[in-house]
Formats: sequence, structure tokens, C-alpha cells
Amino acid sequence: MDLKWNEFIITGDPLILGAQISILLGGIAVVAALTYFKKWSWLWKEWLTSVDHKKLGIMYILSALLMLFRGGIDGLMIRTQLAKPGMEFLDPQHYNEVFSTHGVIMILFMAMPFLIGLINYIVPLQIGARDVAFPYLNNLSFWTFFVGMALFNISFIIGGSPDAGWTGYTPLATNEFSPGPGQNYYLLAIQIAGIGTLMTGINFFVTILKMRTKGMTLMKMSMFTWTSLITMLIIIFAFPVLTVALAMQTFDRLFGSVLFTLQGDGNPMLWVNLFWVWGHPEVYIVILPAFGIFSEIISTFARKQLFAYKAMVVSIVTISVLSFLVWVHHFFTMGNSAEANSFFSITTMAISIPTGVKIFNWLFTMYRGRITFTTPMLWSLAFIPNFVIGGVTGVMLAMAAADYQYHNTYFLVSHFHYVLISGTVFACFAGLIYWYPKMFGHKLNEKIGKWAFWIFVIGFNVCFFPQYFLGLDGMPRRISTYLPEDGWTGLNMISTIGAFMMGLAFLIFVYNIYYSWRYSPREKTGDAWGLGRNLEWATTSSIPPHYNFAVLPEVTGLDPYWDMKEKGLDQQKNTDYKPIHMPSNSSTPAIMSALMGMAAFGLVFQWYWVGIVGAVGIFITMIVRSFDYNDGYYVSVEEIKETEAKANK
Amino acid sequence: MLKKLKPLSLLLFLALPLMLAGCSTPEVLDPKGPVASQQSDLIILSIIFMLTIVAVVFVLLTIILVKYRERKDHDKYSPELHGSMLLETIWTIIPIIIVVILAVPTVRTIYSLEEAPQPKTAEAANEDPLVVHATSINWKWVFTYPDEDIETVNYLHIPIHRPVEFKLTSADSMAALWIPSLGGQKYNMAGMQTTLYLQADHVGTYDGRNANFTGEGFNEQRFKVYADEEADYQQWVEDVQNSAPELTQYKYDNLLIPGVYEDGTAEFNGTHLQWIDHSKNADYTLEAWDRLGYEPKNPHAKDKSQNLLREDEIPYYQQDNTVDNSDEDMDSEEHAHAGHE
Amino acid sequence: MAHDHNVNPNAPLEYQSEAGRLNITGFWTFLGAEIALFSTLFASYFALQSRVGDGPTSIEMFEAGLVMIMTMLLLTSSFTCGLAIHEMRANNVKGVIGWMIITLILGAGFIGYELYEFVHYVHEGVTLGTSAHWSMFFILLGTHGLHVSIGIGWIILLLIQLARRGLTPKTASKVFISSLYWHFLDVVWIFIFTCVYLMGMVN
Ligand code: HEM
Ligand SMILES: [Cu+2]
Ligand SMILES: [Cu+2]
Repeated sequence: MDLKWNEFIITGDPLILGAQISILLGGIAVVAALTYFKKWSWLWKEWLTSVDHKKLGIMYILSALLMLFRGGIDGLMIRTQLAKPGMEFLDPQHYNEVFSTHGVIMILFMAMPFLIGLINYIVPLQIGARDVAFPYLNNLSFWTFFVGMALFNISFIIGGSPDAGWTGYTPLATNEFSPGPGQNYYLLAIQIAGIGTLMTGINFFVTILKMRTKGMTLMKMSMFTWTSLITMLIIIFAFPVLTVALAMQTFDRLFGSVLFTLQGDGNPMLWVNLFWVWGHPEVYIVILPAFGIFSEIISTFARKQLFAYKAMVVSIVTISVLSFLVWVHHFFTMGNSAEANSFFSITTMAISIPTGVKIFNWLFTMYRGRITFTTPMLWSLAFIPNFVIGGVTGVMLAMAAADYQYHNTYFLVSHFHYVLISGTVFACFAGLIYWYPKMFGHKLNEKIGKWAFWIFVIGFNVCFFPQYFLGLDGMPRRISTYLPEDGWTGLNMISTIGAFMMGLAFLIFVYNIYYSWRYSPREKTGDAWGLGRNLEWATTSSIPPHYNFAVLPEVTGLDPYWDMKEKGLDQQKNTDYKPIHMPSNSSTPAIMSALMGMAAFGLVFQWYWVGIVGAVGIFITMIVRSFDYNDGYYVSVEEIKETEAKANK
Repeated sequence: MLKKLKPLSLLLFLALPLMLAGCSTPEVLDPKGPVASQQSDLIILSIIFMLTIVAVVFVLLTIILVKYRERKDHDKYSPELHGSMLLETIWTIIPIIIVVILAVPTVRTIYSLEEAPQPKTAEAANEDPLVVHATSINWKWVFTYPDEDIETVNYLHIPIHRPVEFKLTSADSMAALWIPSLGGQKYNMAGMQTTLYLQADHVGTYDGRNANFTGEGFNEQRFKVYADEEADYQQWVEDVQNSAPELTQYKYDNLLIPGVYEDGTAEFNGTHLQWIDHSKNADYTLEAWDRLGYEPKNPHAKDKSQNLLREDEIPYYQQDNTVDNSDEDMDSEEHAHAGHE
Repeated sequence: MAHDHNVNPNAPLEYQSEAGRLNITGFWTFLGAEIALFSTLFASYFALQSRVGDGPTSIEMFEAGLVMIMTMLLLTSSFTCGLAIHEMRANNVKGVIGWMIITLILGAGFIGYELYEFVHYVHEGVTLGTSAHWSMFFILLGTHGLHVSIGIGWIILLLIQLARRGLTPKTASKVFISSLYWHFLDVVWIFIFTCVYLMGMVN
């Protein structure tokens, strides 16, 4: 690529300049603060090299919140540009970069890491384990995700962002139609992060299968653990498809192969197929854990066991299988045969059956319960009606003959925001608030939380409900502007207002984190809500000690902690301590991931030598790791006694 | 408790009439031909079902929240209730039934849209569909009438009450031809041909566009469809044949340079099919770029100018490059695939 | 790892420690992902098989003899790798190292022939950019070849560790896992042999 040096850093756009300056100032501020408070070594030793699933979980969630902010800004920019016809806030090229980035960030760098963060923190506790099966790998997963994210995010300052949509369809995304480094960022950043996700998939799959505490059979696991297990299974089978597809497009762009190109008899539609063979399971990867979170919260605050537990398990397993059999519904309009479109229409509609079953089971979990309206519960309750709207419009889209009219329109945009926001994003908020005392030792303020909730939920509906009508009125997705005579002005304006309400709610949410950190009372027990049902609430202190449980709990049925409380058993009474074996921290994952980032950055600009140097570095760190026989260390009985005594105060 | 739910339900009930009243009927639900009306019927049927489902869930949720919220006395509390074979069976069976009821008309419509709409009159039954090739080029539309031997850019005329058989292809990126008033979209892809049947039953001017994202000029890849009485349509064809300039390969190749068509619309005598059918040869566009000296440039490049060659500088255009496309309808592989593998 | 270090002396060495058992389950899961990866590559290969453009077809390029030699080398190496594990069960370090070295030599021979084949094609003018068919050919076979090469590097590291530490539950589980990997690559090769070479030479 003949990139001129003066084109390396993007200049000439006031918006980007503003972002560059704020990033620079922000970066300087962070570095200065860390240096001033002498926190560098604390940061490195306690956090960045930590293999503790709880700390990794928190780091995932913080990164995801940051990405929610970045992706949210992108979203607001999109909505600003579309508020009125003929806006000149963003030119088409810039608009294309913004919506492409928005999509990738929200799905791959916000939704997934947020959920993986919650899974990291909670699942080992729920199964009564002291850590995951492969703690070292867990740290590596985090770092590859983080480096992928960082690489993707610098693209808008250095070289230019991807601009072919989050779907990166070929031939648009080939060198001829997307010259410049943008699409390379897309390919390499997602590749690196994707490998991390695959490792998470393997890690938690084995953790849940093999590390459950005594008595916890599969059918005694919490619903969140179940959904996590199935999610990991989907990851294991779906992510390799993405890995291959990305590698293939990378070869086309960097090494001259002709797989998806117009030249050489390439087949651009193969990319479309591969993308969605991964892409549809992906949307279930981000919704199943959300289902699990809602199940936990609804059952907790209705004070009842989940209704029809077995049916819930069967539903998620069915959904996971069906999710691999529907990918063609993303391109009914490709001229497939009538047989094929009919088949995939029916499989897609079939997914709504187990989903419907789940909705009714949630409703009946509350039937004859004692419902309290805490903020996590409010988010979960709002999920039900909103997700149903998203789901039924999904069924409408599944009817292929009708989809010819909805496809590529705002009707579709509205559908997937209804499922992804009221499903995944509500779940992230609900889960974070629900487990906040577990992570930080104090609750988030309920009053401020409810303000954020109502503004967000109303804003969400104001933003996206009108989009169904825009779609039916012929407004395509991904257009950067429209004409007054199209007749879409009013609804677009309403939609933009709703978007800014969501932005406001997010700020209130973040303010709540600060406010609660200052003023919320600190929790004294492990069971912050007093209603906990699963083992994560059975720890001695609100924030579990690094070994989680001094003595591993034993389980006899569903909702084991609720059970213990009913029977008057006290997990803490058991003081038969033995030394606990724990894994040691490690700094190779961070270094290895940084090298990956370096290699990928070189490849983005086709500086192959940087890629080679990076690859050699990665191999060296792997060799170092292979010779590392560090077996971890033991926590002595004295230390356990001391920690437990302190926690009980 | 109702207080908590009010904003949500209020919003919905307010929104619906507001939106329906605020604007006229949405384009898709105001069909102007048989294809669009089959789709609109299907959509309305599904909306009725979906509104029913939504209503059931909303009502159930409201009742449960009101009745079982935490109160002083909790005599209704039954924590041991966590399953019911009967209920679970009911809400498994009902969705299955709904899916079946929706699947039948869906499949029927899918098959029906594969063929030209049924003619309404005996006289129309003798007529073959009007064949129009619709070729998408970044960021313009070229409509080719092979039998009339004319070609238009960014607009087209069609006679009413007669099916139009669009043969879709693309010179470059994947696009989708979409005329919401007349029916749903289908993809245009280089190196292959897809078929889309549409028909207008009312005289009028309709908006058409590319619905599938293709990059910088995507917004502006729009066109107008003029649906005329048969006689007016014939008149238009004759006018074009009599007055439009001849299409040359150089002119056509210049259309292949990515960009919005500066003149808005155009019409030509002769068609590009004499040199190239993009559904058979996917890399023609890249070859044309080479001939003309066009080079794709980084969108953030400081200098994005191109040095295109003039016609007389390119020997290729001095020779005759016509290829025989007469067998075109016979061996153009109909594009039928199920997601390809 | 944070689990009991209860050692079960009756199980094979590699299964004796909790960590060893977890690693083996983890590796099987990883192989599940690898199956998904290679399935995608094969599916793509089939999708692009007939897309030869102006380039040659498979029949025009493939040489049966060469492929037979490669197949024999890899199959034999899988066998010797199995013998190494057999020696491990008999607690014979020397035997493990010896058979593993033979395995590696056979694997290196395979890679050598594969490189020779690629270079030969390039000389004949068939490269990554010739047609979609050949792009996919090089990517599918290249991915397999890369896996084998990484396997060779990895086993060399393990042999050094074996020589230094002898057979312990930890080294044993590592060696066992590497053998699973090696057999897996052999199975993938059988699919390549059938789907790419045999079928490519028939039609
Ligand atoms: C009741 C279940 C669902 C059904 C029947 C359904 C159906 C569909 C269909 C048919 C499409 C393609 C429409 C088109 O492109 O024209 C689609 C798109 C989409 N769906 Fe769903 N869906 C369901 C649930 C979900 C869930 C749970 C999620 C994610 C959490 C989701 C996320 C998406 C996304 C992201 C897209 C569009 C991606 C794009 O084109 O950029 N859907 N859905
Ligand atoms: Cu096709
Ligand atoms: Cu999908």
C-alpha cells in the first residue's frame, strides 16, 4: 500500500481532531495520576497480570463500559446526522466509518465482553469453585480481547476506520472497492479478539463441566450457569468459522488470493455465507447469557424458584441447535431457490417456539410470588415486553416473502435493536447492578438507578419504535441522508430525541457508580440483597476472598443457598480449613498479546517485517511459557483463618 | 403498581395512532401492483397475529405484577409452585400452531413470487413479460431493454398491467434493486444473474433505489420508475430510439468509474450487452478501470484526483469488441442456490 | 490450579493429577473447535472447487506418486507416535524420546515434500492468485501444514523437558496431549487426501 506519511494520522476533520485531543489529554492524565500515586506496580501486579477470575471479570466489564461509551457516541453521531434531511454533520465517507465501527464495537467489543465479564465473575462462584479450569488462559483471553479492542479503536485516528459495515461484505470489502487500511483493521482486530473469545469458550466449558462442587449435578446448576455452558458450546463451534472467514478475507487483501474477489473467479457470496454461519450463532451468544441473568434476577426478586426449570434447559439447548440452521435468513434476497427460502423461513420461525416458552416461564416464575421492584428487577421486567416486540418482529422478518420488503430497511434495524438492547444491554445493566455488591462491596443507589432506568427505557422506545414505520415507509438502512420529499423527517427527529435520552440515562448510570462509591453503605454479609438463591451469595464477605470459599460448599438441590438458609445451615460455621492451592499470576499473556497487537498493526499497513518480528516474539513467549513449571502456591490455614475472621466482622 | 407500567403501555397506545395519523400509509402497505400486494397481505396477516401475541403478554405481565407484588400479607405466596405440565404444554403447543399458520401462506407466497404475476385479462395472457436488465454500477443504475435495443441510466419506463422480468446483475459491489411500491428487493451480484418479477397496475411515478450498502455514493443510487399506459410506454420507446445518442463502449466504460452520475439521467440507443454481460464476466469492470487509467484511492488520501485517458489514447476502443450475446437467454444460468453449499 | 491435588496412583500417569485431567478435557474441547475450523475450510474448498477461472484444474497439476509418499509418511508417523505413548505407559523415557524423534523426522519429511509440491506449482505458474480454486487449495493445505509444523516445534520443546525432568504427571500429560494433536492432524490429512487429491484426480 502506498500510504503517504501525511496520510498516516487522520487530519482535517474537527470531530476527529477533538477526539484526538481528548484522548491525548486523557492519556496524559491517567499516566500522571498513576505515577503521582505510585500505582504502577499495584496496577501491574494486582490487576494486569492477575489470573483471578474476579479481577478479570471486572476488567472485562470496565472495558465493555468504555466501549459502550465509544459505541454510544458513534450511535449519537449517526442519529444526529439523520435527524433532518440533508444534514451535513458527517459526510458519507465519515458516516460509513461511524456506522461500521458502531456495529463492530457494540457486538464484539461491548456486548460479548460485558457478558463474558459477568460470567467470569459469577459462574465460578455459582458452581462453588475457587477458580476456572485454566486461569492462565483466562488472563490471555482478556488480553487478546483488550488488544483487539485497542487496535480497532485506534483506526479512526491512524489510517482510517473500516467502512464496509460490520458485515464486511465482499466484493465491497475487497481492495478494489475499499482501498486503504480500514478494512484491514477490521479483519485483524476481530481476529485477535476472536481467538481470545474461543479460548474463553473452551475454558468455561471445561470449568463448568469439570469443576462443579460436590453434589452439583448438571440439572442442579443455576440457570445463568446453564446458559453460560451452552453459550460456550456455541462459541466453540461458531468462532472457528469466523477465524477462517477473516483469515480468508485477510489473504485476499494482503497476500493476493482471489477467494472473494471479482477477479480469478472468486465467490463473494461465500463470505456472506461464512459470515452468517458465525453471525447468527453470535447473536445467540449475546442473548443466552442475558436470558440466564434475567432468570436469576426474576426468581430472586419474586422469591420463587424458576418456573419449569427443565423446560428452560431444554429451550436453550434447542435454541443453540437451531441457531446453526437459520443463517440464510440474513439473505433471503440473494436469489436462493424457493425450497431453500421456505426451509430457512420455517427453521427461523421455529426458534420463536422455545423463546416463547421461556417468556411464559418467566411470567409464571412471578405468579404467586412476592415481587419487589429493585432496579435490577425493573430492568428484567422491562425486558419482557420489549423483547417480545423484538421477537415478534423477528418472526415477521422470518417470513421470507415479506422479508423482501423489510430487508435492508429500518424495520430490520429496529428489530435487532429491540432484541439486542432490551435483551443484552438491559441484561448487562441488570446483572451489573444485581451483582455490584458482590464485586465492589456496596450497592448502587436505587433512586438514581431508577431515574437512569426510566429515562433509558422510554428513550429506547422513542428511538426505535418509530423505526419500524420508517422501514415500512421505504427507508433503507445505512443511508447517510435523505430528501425532504421522502417523508421520513418527523419520525427520524423523534428517533434522534430518543437516542439522546438513552445517552443521558447512560451518563446518569455512570454518575451513579461514582455517587455510590462515595455514599452507599458498605455491605456486611455475602448476601447483599438478603434474597440470594445461588452459591455466589454464600461467601463470607460481600466481596469474596481471592480463594472464594474457605471450605467448598455442598449442594443437594436447585437454589442451594436459599436451601441452606431455609434449613438454617451456615456455610461459615464449617471451619475445617485445609491449605488451598491457588495459581500464580503471570506476565506472559500481556506481553504475548502486546506482540500480537504489534504484528497486526504492522500488517494493517502492510509493513510485513513488523508482522514477522511480532510473530517471532510471540513464538518466543510461547516457548518461555512451555518451560514454565510454576505450579502456583498454597494459602496456609493461618492465612485463611485470618481472612475469614476479618470478613466476619 | 400500574403506575410503573403506565409509561410503557401509554407509549405504545399513543404511538400507534400517532404514527399512523402523522404520516400517510407506509409505502410498503400501499401496494401499486400484484407483487407488492401479495407481500402487503402477508405483512398485514402477520401484524394481526403479532399484535395479539404482544397483547396477551402485556396483559399477563400487568396482571401478575399487580397481583403478586410484595404486600404486608402474603397469603397468595406459594414458593413451592414451580412447574405445571398443563400450562407448559399449552404454551408450547400454541406457538407451534401459530408458526404453522404463518408458515403456510409464507411458503405459498415465496413460490408465487418466483413466477410472473398471473395476468388478469385474456389478452394480457398472450403477452410475455417485458424483459429489462437492471445493472447496478457504483453508484448508478443502468436499465437495458434488449428487445427494444435501448438503455437508460437512473430511470425507467414500464407499461402497466404487464409483468416486468428484471434480470439483475452488478458490475461491481453487491446491490439490491428495490421499488417498495411495486414489491420487495433482490440482490444484484457481479458474475451472476437473479430474476425479479414486478408489475405496476396504476399509472404513476415510483421511487426505486439500491437498498444494499455499496459505499460512498450509496445514498444517491436512486431512480424513478414511470408506469405508463401501454400506448404512452410505446411512444416513449420510440422517442428514445429516434432521438437518443448511440451508446459506445468508451461511454459505457466510463460509467463503470465509481461515482454518482453527474447528469442525473440519460438514455442511449443500443445496449452494453453487445460488449459485456456482467452476469457472465465478473471482472470486466476492473479491466475497464485499467484501460481508462482509473485507480482506487484511499478515502483519506490527500490527493484523490484521477488521470483518466481519452478515447483516442486507448487503442482498444479503435477496434470492434462486440461479442455475441444472442444465446444469452438460453445459457444464462438461472441463479438458484441455497446459501451455496 | 485451584483444586485438590489428590493424586490417583492407579490411573495412567497423565491422568493422575487434577491438572492433567483438566488439560486433557480442555484439549479435547479444543479439538472440537479445530474440527469446526477444518470443516469450514473444507466447505469453502468445495464451494470454490470448480472456480478455476483461466487457471488449470486439479487434474492438470496433481501428481499421484508424491501424494502417496506424503500420506505414507504421515500415517507412519501417527503409528510411531502411538508407540511413543505405549512406551510412556511402560514408564520408559528413552523409548518415548526415541519414538517421538522418529515421529518428528517423518513429520519433517512430510513438510519437506509439501513445500516441494508448493514450490513446484509456483514454478508452473500456479499461485495463490491464479484462481479461487487454487487460493483455497493453498490455504487449506497451508493451514494443515502449518499445524504440522507447529506440532513439530512443540514436540521438540516437550522432548527437551522430558530429557530434563523425566516422566512426571505433568510432562506425561503434555506428551499425551501432543500425541492427540498429532493423530488429529493425521485424520485431517486423510480427509485432504480423499477430498482434495483423490476427488481432484478423478474429475
Ligand atoms: C424470535 C427470534 C428471532 C427471529 C425469528 C429473528 C429473525 C431475524 C431475521 C429473519 C433477520 C434477518 C432479516 C433481514 O436481514 O432481512 C434477523 C436479523 C437480525 N437479528 Fe434476529 N431474530 C430473532 C432474535 C434475535 C436475537 C435474540 C438477536 C440478538 C440478540 C437478533 C439479532 C439480529 C441481528 C443483529 C440482525 C441483523 C444483522 C444485520 O443484518 O446487520 N435476533 N433476525
Ligand atoms: Cu450467488
Ligand atoms: Cu439471524
